[in-house]
Amino acid sequence: MSAHIETGHPLYGLMAEFETPTELVHAARRTREAGFRKFDAFSPLPIHELDEAMDLHDNRVSLFTFLGGLTGCAGGFTLCSWCASAFPLDVGGRPLISVPMFIPITFELTILVGGLTAAISMLVMNGFPTPYHPVFNVERFATASRNKFFLCIEADDPKFDRQATATFLESLGAEEIAEVAP
Amino acid sequence: MPQPVEIPDKIYVGPVIDEGHSLASVSDKIGGIVLKRKITLGWTLGLFLAFGLLQGLAAGAVWLFMKGVGVWGINIPNGWGFAIINFVWWIGIGHAGTLISAILLLLNQSWRNAINRFAEAMTLFAVMCAGMFPVLHTGRPWLAYWLFPYPNTMDLWPQVRSPLLWDVFAVSTYFTISAVFWFVGLLPDLATLRDTAKKPWQQRVYGMLSMGWRGSARHWQRYEKASLLLAGLATPLVLSVHTVVSFDFAVSIIPGWHTTIFPPYFVAGAIYSGFAMVLTLMIPVRTFYGLDDIITLRHLNNMAKVALATGMIVAYGYSMEAFFAYFSADKFERFMMWNRMTGPYALFYWCLILCNILIPQSLWSKKVRTNPLILWFVSIVINIGMWLERFVIVITSLHRDFLPSSWGYYAPTVWDWAVFVGTLGLFMTCIFLFLRVLPLITIFELRMLLPGAEVKEMARQ
Repeated sequence: MSAHIETGHPLYGLMAEFETPTELVHAARRTREAGFRKFDAFSPLPIHELDEAMDLHDNRVSLFTFLGGLTGCAGGFTLCSWCASAFPLDVGGRPLISVPMFIPITFELTILVGGLTAAISMLVMNGFPTPYHPVFNVERFATASRNKFFLCIEADDPKFDRQATATFLESLGAEEIAEVAP
Repeated sequence: MPQPVEIPDKIYVGPVIDEGHSLASVSDKIGGIVLKRKITLGWTLGLFLAFGLLQGLAAGAVWLFMKGVGVWGINIPNGWGFAIINFVWWIGIGHAGTLISAILLLLNQSWRNAINRFAEAMTLFAVMCAGMFPVLHTGRPWLAYWLFPYPNTMDLWPQVRSPLLWDVFAVSTYFTISAVFWFVGLLPDLATLRDTAKKPWQQRVYGMLSMGWRGSARHWQRYEKASLLLAGLATPLVLSVHTVVSFDFAVSIIPGWHTTIFPPYFVAGAIYSGFAMVLTLMIPVRTFYGLDDIITLRHLNNMAKVALATGMIVAYGYSMEAFFAYFSADKFERFMMWNRMTGPYALFYWCLILCNILIPQSLWSKKVRTNPLILWFVSIVINIGMWLERFVIVITSLHRDFLPSSWGYYAPTVWDWAVFVGTLGLFMTCIFLFLRVLPLITIFELRMLLPGAEVKEMARQ
């Protein structure tokens, strides 16, 4: 263990490093059970077990995508009806709003708006682009996108206490604990 | 984690990823191709060759803009020549990328993880090539924006009942969604490149592109949801795109085009040609970049099987086309099919049967499917066959339709060839550049296949 915990200078949080996804999931579960709420886990690959361990269930992307798809669908049909009515072509008295012929464009716009909403709502809710984030101040964090797993408890958490939280992270079996400068 | 299933030796051809890889080794191997590998002579020569071919497009387009579409071989009755043939061919090639990235994701086929990035890149570049042709074919490409509905002083609105307008919407949606899906998939890998890059400019460029990705569990959760939704949306999209392309033909009343079998048989043909193109590109890439431990024989075997299956659907399509031409008792349909088999373009038709149906039957053999060199030749034969298919569909129907007095003959000119070869150059140039600037395999999805990614049950303390 190489925990260098000092007091005085400002702090974003404390970061613990783990070797395997199993340890990370375990640590995240314990952290949540200990009452921490402002913490995050970092991994080079998605770990579905973390959703349960950290109680993550944000379904807003699905909701926005559904609404986007509906908007595209309604917009596409309106667009077709508008075009067909604004430049009317009377072919033997057939209806101007010829629904079956409007399906392809309506369908394509449903997909287009739905898909763009899915991607954009994901990026916006994740706060991207994020030009600066404190976690990158930890040198070892560069391996979070390669092969290491991290857990960071933020100093904002009401239960956070420099010394006690560091001891808690050590008890989770962290390989290394680092202070994250803000 | 899915439980391992006993696979009998007879069908087992190897693992999805060779043993001995770890989270770190796959990151370094794929990232290293972009960050560390020196520019080789072979790559430089390849890029120069591709860029040279691309000049055909430049020259062909300039000459076309100066003179008009008369420089091409199109005439009346053959209003659609190379432009439409190549458009359909390129769009079809793109379909394999979306199939691999979206449909195989929904079907939980984890072997796709090693090939989806490359196949999606291929999709984007193929759609770019495809998009050239309708725009050039308008003759006045600077007015191509007329295709979109916008308020204008002429008070004109596009004809929303026309399959040609459906095409505009289908292809532009396809390109946009494919590009978005591709970029979203790149985010975590761009972060890996940012974190492992040594040169400051690389850190900066990949840093900006990765948008500050840090692998947070909260982000991953939304990210996975968005990916799944994009896959779910791209799946009907890819089926719709070639359906709409087939409507360009099927909604008309020309003999040989006015058939209901076109949409499914076009979609199958698109996936067939796409998988052939993935094989054509993948086999050399995995050899030259030493990736045969990641793109294993299992991948080649699976892709060859998909090609065989879709090829059989295409073969069924051909036989039904011929049967219904006879069974319809319509003399124009019957003549069209007879003319296709014995007329001036009979050679093209029989070459098509040879390339698309007969030679690919060799894929029934596991020896062929797991021999990269033979498989590579078969894939090229399929690519040629699928191009011939579009040639036969477009030309044999158009050149002799109802009235013998309006029959004609079509032959491409050098400018047709220049533009076609030019788009091949554009495609290859994009592929060569892609190989050097972006990770050609999705690193984070590859990590998910490794034993190190497994979360084991841990005793609660």
